Amino acid sequence: MTGDGVARVVLDPTGELSPQAVELSERPASLDGLTVGLLDITKARGDVFLDQLDLRLRERGLETRRYAKPTFTKPAPVDLRQEIAEQCHVVIEALAD
Amino acid sequence: MVSDAPTAPTTAPTTGPTTGPAGAPPLGLPDGWVAVVKRDCPTCVTVAPALAELAEQVALTVLTQDDPGFPEGLPPGAGPVDDTSLDRSWLLDIETVPTLLHRDGGTEDERLVGWDRAEWRRATGVADLGEGLPEYRPGCGSLSVDPARTDELRVRFEGGRLRSRRVDIAALEDEFEAAFDRGWTDGLPVVPPTEARVLRMLEGTTRDPHEVVAVVPPDLVECTVEKVAVNAVMAGCRPEYLPVVLAAVEAACTDEFNMHGLLATTWFSGPMVVVNGPIARRIGMNWGMNAMGQGNRANATIGRALQLVVRNVGGGRPGGVDRATLGNPGKYTFCWTETPPSELDEGPDWPSQAVEHGFGPDDDTVTLFAADGVRGFADQLSREPESLARGLAEILRTIAHPKLALAFDAAVVLSPEHLRVFRGAGWSKARLRERLAELTLLPPGATTRGAHGIAEGMPDGFDAVELPKFRDGGLLLFTAGGGAGLFSAVIGGWASGSMGSQPVTRRIGS
Repeated sequence: MTGDGVARVVLDPTGELSPQAVELSERPASLDGLTVGLLDITKARGDVFLDQLDLRLRERGLETRRYAKPTFTKPAPVDLRQEIAEQCHVVIEALAD
Repeated sequence: MVSDAPTAPTTAPTTGPTTGPAGAPPLGLPDGWVAVVKRDCPTCVTVAPALAELAEQVALTVLTQDDPGFPEGLPPGAGPVDDTSLDRSWLLDIETVPTLLHRDGGTEDERLVGWDRAEWRRATGVADLGEGLPEYRPGCGSLSVDPARTDELRVRFEGGRLRSRRVDIAALEDEFEAAFDRGWTDGLPVVPPTEARVLRMLEGTTRDPHEVVAVVPPDLVECTVEKVAVNAVMAGCRPEYLPVVLAAVEAACTDEFNMHGLLATTWFSGPMVVVNGPIARRIGMNWGMNAMGQGNRANATIGRALQLVVRNVGGGRPGGVDRATLGNPGKYTFCWTETPPSELDEGPDWPSQAVEHGFGPDDDTVTLFAADGVRGFADQLSREPESLARGLAEILRTIAHPKLALAFDAAVVLSPEHLRVFRGAGWSKARLRERLAELTLLPPGATTRGAHGIAEGMPDGFDAVELPKFRDGGLLLFTAGGGAGLFSAVIGGWASGSMGSQPVTRRIGS
């Protein structure tokens, strides 16, 4: 506080996460030969959307694998994320309502 | 006024460290006797001749808090030592002047507070000390505990405990505008979290400032007691509210409550904090008239502090992870307390929400519920519990949508006048809950998609059977409110149970 009662130094109320740019994973130029994960977040009709994508991707000769989050209200469990990372090259997550 | 309040002389030998916190300037005092005085204290003025006498016979250093020339007549080497900065008084933890203490090897082994001739003679071994002086005089408050000075002293000596990044407000910046500009507010002005204010806030808890309270979503940041205190200052809390805020933050960040999902949902809800236990009365919370409305500092600022922690520490902001379609005004703050047992003549038939969850009536707790807005329920004619329950059930069946079952929790807040109808007829809380469960059953066909010209409804198969509106444990019953008004409140929840948020009750610590 200065003499006039004005606060001049305050404490940072935030989590103080150092600003750091998160780099996106490198995007493949083509899906040819890749395994595509299809993640259903379990919102209503997300499965309908993914069924269509599944069909179209298989028509192109791609291998697909299906996954679902236990509930759309929470982030995907670590196990599920690791499973997808191990088994797939790319993942498509369906947000629907 | 602390500074002029007479304090009875006491003898209080201490063995604790008197060199102050680590990193503080050394006291720079020799071993032997130390007296702390100020001229603006009639007892110190009275005792001044005795100090001069004492200094002739023992090793004595006199510290003076206000007038560097006081007391006069001391022999060379005894002082007075200028302590107008109050540094030594603070580090010696002086509360009253005169204080006479003895140090040996840097450790204090005797402390006399005020003037008590017999005690001074005994302790110093000077048998005729203060001959002619009164036998007893209480001391005055030390300047180092003067409220006008303690903030500055605490920052000087304890500011180093605070680990938060310091943010300089530029000379031409307005301190309130600066908080808006940095994105720290909920849209209303916040109290600038200066070091002095945060240190004062931390006096409200016995917990270490660096202890991690919770991992706050969505950024999953480890949040310390200190960070909660910073945000509690901004919200306008008093230090005595801090333990409640800490418990609320802990409860919000449990997996069961699922603050992350609650923040991210497009639904209206935010955390509602209900306080139970004697602490509510102690810190002046409102359970009566306008309990859920504006005007009570504790109600208003505790709920706000939780939201500011989520916003600032967790990084959860509208338009970011907070995706609410409309939100609700309770997301500024939503905190109140249930009618205390003493006001309710509470018997075992009508336990509080916290007691229902296994806590004692004298336990201090917070219960968090993922709440959307408050919806009024009017019934001014029912004098029989069955009639009142039926009206309430009609409202409850419409939570979220009249054709949806088992998807959303709800809370009912019964006003005293409605509560009287149930209790007067001998209905326990358990009986009301049981009856409401029966009355809110949705009959077969009522929830079929497309029925009644409404597309919304339950999926095929579910609609063919009778469905409970609420899951087990999904209907919370509270009591609060002013004495007049045959109105109660119904508060819808969010996605219920393990698929969304479960109400969480946590004990409030110290």
